[in-house]
Amino acid sequence: MTDNTAAGPDQFDGAASGRPAPKTETADSGPMLAADGRPLKASLNRALRRQKLRAMMLIAPLLIFVLVTFIAPIADMLFRSVENQIVSETLPRTTTELATWDGDAGEIPPPVVFEALYKDIFIAQERKLHTRLGSRLNYELTGVSSLFRKSGRNVDDMGEVYQDQFEDLNAFWEDGENWNRMMATPDWLDDITAWSEDREGSQPPFEMREEVAAVLPETAATFQTFADFVQFEDEDNLANEDPWAIVYSALYEDLQSGADVASLSGPGATELQEAAAAVAGFESVDYTAAFHDVDEDWHDIEVWQTIQTYSPDFTSGYFLNAVDMKKSPDGPEMRPENEQLHIMLFMRTLFMSLVITGSCILLGYPVAWILANLPARTANLLMILVLLPFWTSLLVRTSAWKVMLQQQGVVNDTLVWLGIVADDSRLALINNQTGTIIAMTHILLPFMILPLYSVMKTIPPSYLRAAKSLGATNWTAFWRVYFPQSVPGIGAGSILVFILSIGYYITPEIVGGTTGTFISNRIAYHISSSLNWGLAAALGAILLAVVLGLYWAYDKIVGIDNVKLGG
Amino acid sequence: MVALTPVSRTAPSFYVPVVATAGAVAGLFVGTAQGSSLLGVVIGALAMAAVAFVLTQVVKAEKPGRWALLALLAAVGFFMGGLPAGLIGAAFGWFFGWFSFWLYESRYRQHLVPYLTPGQVLWHYAFRVICGAILVFLITPIIVVMPLSFNAQNFFTFTPEMLRFDPAGYSLKHYEDFFTNADWQGALANSIKIAPAATLLSVTFGTLAAIGLSQPHVPFRRAIMAILISPMIVPLIISAAGMYFFYSRIGLQGTYLGVVLAHAALGIPFVIITVTATLVGFDNSLTRAAANMGANPVTTFFRVQMPLILPGVISGGLFAFITSFDEVVVVLFVGSAGQKTLPWQMFTGLREQISPTILAVATILVIVSIALLTVVELLRRRSERLRGMSPA
Repeated sequence: MTDNTAAGPDQFDGAASGRPAPKTETADSGPMLAADGRPLKASLNRALRRQKLRAMMLIAPLLIFVLVTFIAPIADMLFRSVENQIVSETLPRTTTELATWDGDAGEIPPPVVFEALYKDIFIAQERKLHTRLGSRLNYELTGVSSLFRKSGRNVDDMGEVYQDQFEDLNAFWEDGENWNRMMATPDWLDDITAWSEDREGSQPPFEMREEVAAVLPETAATFQTFADFVQFEDEDNLANEDPWAIVYSALYEDLQSGADVASLSGPGATELQEAAAAVAGFESVDYTAAFHDVDEDWHDIEVWQTIQTYSPDFTSGYFLNAVDMKKSPDGPEMRPENEQLHIMLFMRTLFMSLVITGSCILLGYPVAWILANLPARTANLLMILVLLPFWTSLLVRTSAWKVMLQQQGVVNDTLVWLGIVADDSRLALINNQTGTIIAMTHILLPFMILPLYSVMKTIPPSYLRAAKSLGATNWTAFWRVYFPQSVPGIGAGSILVFILSIGYYITPEIVGGTTGTFISNRIAYHISSSLNWGLAAALGAILLAVVLGLYWAYDKIVGIDNVKLGG
Repeated sequence: MVALTPVSRTAPSFYVPVVATAGAVAGLFVGTAQGSSLLGVVIGALAMAAVAFVLTQVVKAEKPGRWALLALLAAVGFFMGGLPAGLIGAAFGWFFGWFSFWLYESRYRQHLVPYLTPGQVLWHYAFRVICGAILVFLITPIIVVMPLSFNAQNFFTFTPEMLRFDPAGYSLKHYEDFFTNADWQGALANSIKIAPAATLLSVTFGTLAAIGLSQPHVPFRRAIMAILISPMIVPLIISAAGMYFFYSRIGLQGTYLGVVLAHAALGIPFVIITVTATLVGFDNSLTRAAANMGANPVTTFFRVQMPLILPGVISGGLFAFITSFDEVVVVLFVGSAGQKTLPWQMFTGLREQISPTILAVATILVIVSIALLTVVELLRRRSERLRGMSPA
């Protein structure tokens, strides 16, 4: 007995010492421990962290998917709306030279700019980039596109002036192989000869002789550009190519500026010395005049101002264009009256969306009311009439309206048959605003009815009866008691319909004609027809900002979690 | 419907003029169609007043009286303008027979609360007529395309043959065109290739994410939700523009994969919304119970959670499917001729050479959407029953 009692506490202690006893620990105000001996708080935190991690791991694949397939494209679009590298990439030398030119002085840029322009356009036309730049600048100033195309065809002639003189001087200059021998390292020449025979592997990249590069810097740089282009863009054998005319111009320039050709030895040294002595007597090219001969627009200050204005890598030009303004040397200004289009389109889009939202409220409210107040069986039956259009393909409904609203369509035929409209004055219901409004009201009506219905369903009918029993007339009871409670439904439905309608493309495109189209049709036009992607992106960005603002409002009013589909 | 108000028969001085007014309206339409509206109004009013009086005061027996009127007016219509007019006559006969007795027996008053004034009763029915008209507006376009798709001519309106119910006026040739034309069949094949792949992607990712989102502790829940829902909110034309620019940068523009990815992104919000809605009622102790009995998470998911949320997953999948199947703006930009889908083909058809084959396709699509609607509705009911939200 005593043993037992003595052993009792011992055993208990033994058990307690083997495992930390939570109770005694608490009594000592130490941290509460979990079953595995960690402090309970840390353990709970760990469990919570693990839970969060598990939730995030479940969400992560989709989040990444949406970020890549959807958010990245939107970000790319926003980037494109300000991106403008094409000018400085295509005309690098010109834009650098032009940076210091002041257009307000009323004088065309100095000759050095024209010389830079000659080089830029020469290289651009070899790469077939000058027309792209032309169409880009044509958005800002009409006529630039043809100016660039014309110049691209003519720059070869300007360069040939020097080429011909060099070739007349010595037949050595006619041959591309001589050039290669003069400019390249002997190692490369061996490599390229070997490669030319068996064509195995990739073409050995051109290597410049350093002493030539030191004496003839301009020629070396131009030749390098030529060599890179031939080898990597055209993928031709450099050994068989004759250099561009522009290389001769560069050589002329180097020699004219007194290059120390006497210090050079190796292939071509004698021919170079001969040429250096002769260049003084060469006929020179006045690029300023030459470009004027190509097109006198090159002496138009406005052209140069446009190029200068769009030289930076990023531009607000597309956004200004999207609100009918343009960049000018004196800052942003409105476009001429006859070029203004986008503000009108934005206003029309907003106005028509408002009309559509309004008619949806007008038509949706009674239907939602009756659905919410009829006995469940009848209401469910009528609900099918609302849900069926909701589920039917958008194109089916649009084609139905196209068919019904035509001059020879069902609506006009019925009206004529009833004698309401004379046969020779059939109503123009399609390819105008009326068509867009009718068809879009029909298409978006379910989006108004469904949120209204779900709000009205929660309003107890007894409120209305109570109001009436307190002496309210029908109208007062509705207006003071029922209507205020249904306002959240109207808000939700209106924002939904409005958001959907300002971004609509298909229906206005098909039934809208020219007067019933929206801003989205203009965006699509710029993407697929005029190819002015920057402007399309800017218009899209503005539309997106409007929609996101409304989305934010919707989230505040309804909460995005409460979006319900199909009743 | 229970009778709320005790009623008695009304006096002829009330219902005869009312029926006469309705008759005048009907007469106006018939008269205008025949050339003289005034004559139509007068004849309609007089005839229908007489009909109402004779039916209620002379014939008295309701059923035979109404059938007789129906037959009579159908016959009159048939002799005046053939089968279509006969049908219209029958409709008038049915309506006026019903209307006369409805007023005469005061049935209109029976189911309304007793304290309503006559004006309120009138408004009650006027309101119903207005709602009916709006519902007709909603459903007409869908109803009209169906018979028009059987047109034997290449017209977009009812031909006289069709109105006469002449079999020669109807044909299946537009359906035949749809099933034999290589353009349409190619488009259908593309749609069938793209939509299921996109649906599979959005359902798999979407369900997992919805389960993750419905856990109690999710950091940045609102922000994540906003991102995942955004494809539904951003206007399609903007999504299409962005995807066109971006996908052409990374070489996905004009490829099958590009279109599938784009459509999957568009379908995801629908899956998220429907599945999270189903998960709201999900009892988490079930998964704990399963874990307690030794099931690993994968087994728990497939054997316990999945069967319960399956209705939500399927209806989300159906939404995603129909989004992809119906989508035209994005595929127009992201796809190339090789990915031409059915809606795209319809869109080109509507913009360029509109052919009645579109109506045949539209009818088929309406039937498909009716089938889908039925499935979704059944699933919704099943889901509610499973979660005990509504009595079975």
